Amino acid sequence: MQNNILICGVGGQGIVLTSKLIAAAAMAKDIPVMSAETIGMAQKGGSVFSFLRLGENLHCPMFPEKSADILIAFEPAEAVRMLPYLKETGRIVLNTHPIMPVTAALSGSDYTGTEMIAYLQKHVPEISMLDADAACRELGSPKVLNMIMLGAAVRQNVLPFTIEEIEEIMRRTVKPQFVEMNCRALRYEA
Amino acid sequence: MHKEFLMGNAAIARGAIAAGLNLVCGYPGTPSTEVLETAAKANDGSLYVEWSVNEKAALELGAGAAYCGARSMVTMKQVGLNVASDPLMSLAYIGVKGGMVILVADDPGPISSQTEQDTRTFAAYSKLPCFDPTSVQEAYDMISEAFAYSERYHTPVLFRPTTRICHGYASVTVKDTEEYLHNQPEGFVRDPSKWVIFPRLSYQAHISIEARNAALSQVFSEYPHNELRPASETGCRKGIATQGISYTYAMEALEGKPAPAVLKIATPFPFPEQLAVEFLQNLDEVLCIEELDPVIERELIYVCGKYHLNVTVRGKLTHDVRNAGENTCASAAHDIAEFMGWALPESAKADAAPALPVRPPVLCAGCPHRASFYAVKQAMKGKKSVFCGDIGCYTLGNAMPLDMVDTCLCMGAGVNITQGIGKIEPDTNCFAFVGDSTFFASAITGAVNAVYNQANMTLVILDNSTTAMTGHQPHPGTGRTMMGEIVEKVSIEAVLRGVGVKTVETVNPLDLQAAIDCVKRVSAESGVKAIIFKSPCAVLIKPEKPAVIDPEKCTQCGRCIKSLGCPGIVRKDGKAAIEQALCTGCGLCAQVCPFHAISAGGEG
Ligand code: SF4
Ligand code: SF4
Repeated sequence: MQNNILICGVGGQGIVLTSKLIAAAAMAKDIPVMSAETIGMAQKGGSVFSFLRLGENLHCPMFPEKSADILIAFEPAEAVRMLPYLKETGRIVLNTHPIMPVTAALSGSDYTGTEMIAYLQKHVPEISMLDADAACRELGSPKVLNMIMLGAAVRQNVLPFTIEEIEEIMRRTVKPQFVEMNCRALRYEA
Repeated sequence: MHKEFLMGNAAIARGAIAAGLNLVCGYPGTPSTEVLETAAKANDGSLYVEWSVNEKAALELGAGAAYCGARSMVTMKQVGLNVASDPLMSLAYIGVKGGMVILVADDPGPISSQTEQDTRTFAAYSKLPCFDPTSVQEAYDMISEAFAYSERYHTPVLFRPTTRICHGYASVTVKDTEEYLHNQPEGFVRDPSKWVIFPRLSYQAHISIEARNAALSQVFSEYPHNELRPASETGCRKGIATQGISYTYAMEALEGKPAPAVLKIATPFPFPEQLAVEFLQNLDEVLCIEELDPVIERELIYVCGKYHLNVTVRGKLTHDVRNAGENTCASAAHDIAEFMGWALPESAKADAAPALPVRPPVLCAGCPHRASFYAVKQAMKGKKSVFCGDIGCYTLGNAMPLDMVDTCLCMGAGVNITQGIGKIEPDTNCFAFVGDSTFFASAITGAVNAVYNQANMTLVILDNSTTAMTGHQPHPGTGRTMMGEIVEKVSIEAVLRGVGVKTVETVNPLDLQAAIDCVKRVSAESGVKAIIFKSPCAVLIKPEKPAVIDPEKCTQCGRCIKSLGCPGIVRKDGKAAIEQALCTGCGLCAQVCPFHAISAGGEG
């Protein structure tokens, strides 16, 4: 049994950290894991992705198009960009909050993410949407965006973990004073 | 043995430590940087770790240690090898006593480099053995073998992972600390007939190098990481020769298919010739899937000629596969299907996806470089000027709306390029921009050259007190070392004055008017003069409160957005608005707004 997971968004959203947590959860269950992500210049406000594969007999961390079981998208346009990698039966967990690139601000064009969301809804039967930025405000910290997204992804029942297992890993990685906040984020449901 | 989830670069560092590493040094460069950083973190005190000023210094340091019998590793990216090539070419003749691995990370794509050069080709040129792992696990396993070969054959060896290996993560089997080797260096043994290079010695050394490499070609034909996998069905007369991450793409593509013979090359130099003969013997046609240069392809053609084998070798030279850029799972699957005559894998159809916003990398919100570029731009408005850039975050000063990088070539090149332009076009105001780390790495000689040869130019040092682009490494100007010592900072101003630059002014670029005045004043002088724009990297300091735009005063002129391009200001419903999560409160936009609608500053 293999799991192909794709996480995407914009530099600075905590994509890489999310990927690390999933990997740690896999390691804790003795599931072999590989991953590959954007590092370097592109992290400065560019499109960022992380490919993750769990299971036996893995060759390489990157997988071909139409292979992802789940796309965890932190930004609508980035979800559309990576959509070719999603299996026909794959699902998306989408943060509906758009991030406007500097170039859009300069050209005066209005990017609001709505056409991206419409496009995704039209093409992907299994899509679960939430405004994770609003959720962050509700929970009181912009730093828990990745936990909100991860929790939502786990609830899709395609990853081989329970919320409790992820929570266990999270406890080991975040500072004690942030554990409670992150627990609430993992379990956040709009 | 136990399992850990490691980045390729971390696996390499850990593998080297397990092999008894005594000293590691290098210069930061994507995708190689984390090797040294991991080693520094894992250092139990027995290891000497250093970020050297550049790759040449690092290589010489590593050689000195290996002369003493230490196991040393020198890390760099592929273009760094160009800087280190002078000592490297000679060291190949002198050889080493302790194991010495030169880790050079190649960057197919290129993803974050100036060139698509191939260190395997450099290996053949310098006649040094080269190791090329296909996975994170293999990188871990092979690095200790690289040390062993280096020691056995008294030669430095090259170890060249590519970006996808360096930055890929995998759960790997690693040694427990009890299993680590420990190397006790004997110390330097004086022997001028061995350590002092002379033409006569080099002639002798050349003869033994050729003999050694011929022997190594045999040895490598038996090396377990060079693998020959026979075709899954007898009678199949096709084969695939591959290396590095492309090997894993090929295996992925062959999963569940009647596979052709596969040759995996982990030591591109000396090439395992006998193994190649064995592979080619029963074949009619071979496809080479490799990144960067057609190294395997050329070797196979050579072997076919030498052994009169009638095999068609396909690859980059025959235009069966692309000759530039990186391979992917998809490209390998496509190339293999075409070669085997299988149905081509269909790619996902992107039916009328809405136009996607492009997200080119930009200087961070609050980056002091933005202010520096803007100040020079304002000061030189309407004057004939040229702005030579360099390698670092500040290369991003080329993006609109700043548009302040006219040239960029390689580390430190801007100084003398500016000088050259000035000699041909004396009426141009010549500026060279260089970062602090780049200044120490390779712009000091350029500055001496400019002073000595009577250049007329302004040298602009963008001093943010770190090596920002590669993830904030210390350098001589920061006063910190990788051994955790606090040392005296090397002063850029003192260096410049020391080499004869008479005018050196230091100014905070975020004080915009003072910065503009400084540029006007300094650039008007003749000869070589310097401005040091000093302000810390925005990522390293605690941000101040975000700026506030007064909607009463904002006329929606858009000047702030159009002149600065800071990600901290966006347009919302046509109006300028501050992106709270990004703005660092640097205050630059407040100084640009003609209507004083923006206020910034104050504790965050
Ligand atoms: S104060 Fe203005 S220029 Fe500085 S980071 Fe904030 S928005 Fe950008
Ligand atoms: S990392 Fe530092 S130097 Fe680089 S763009 Fe960001 S603020 Fe500027």
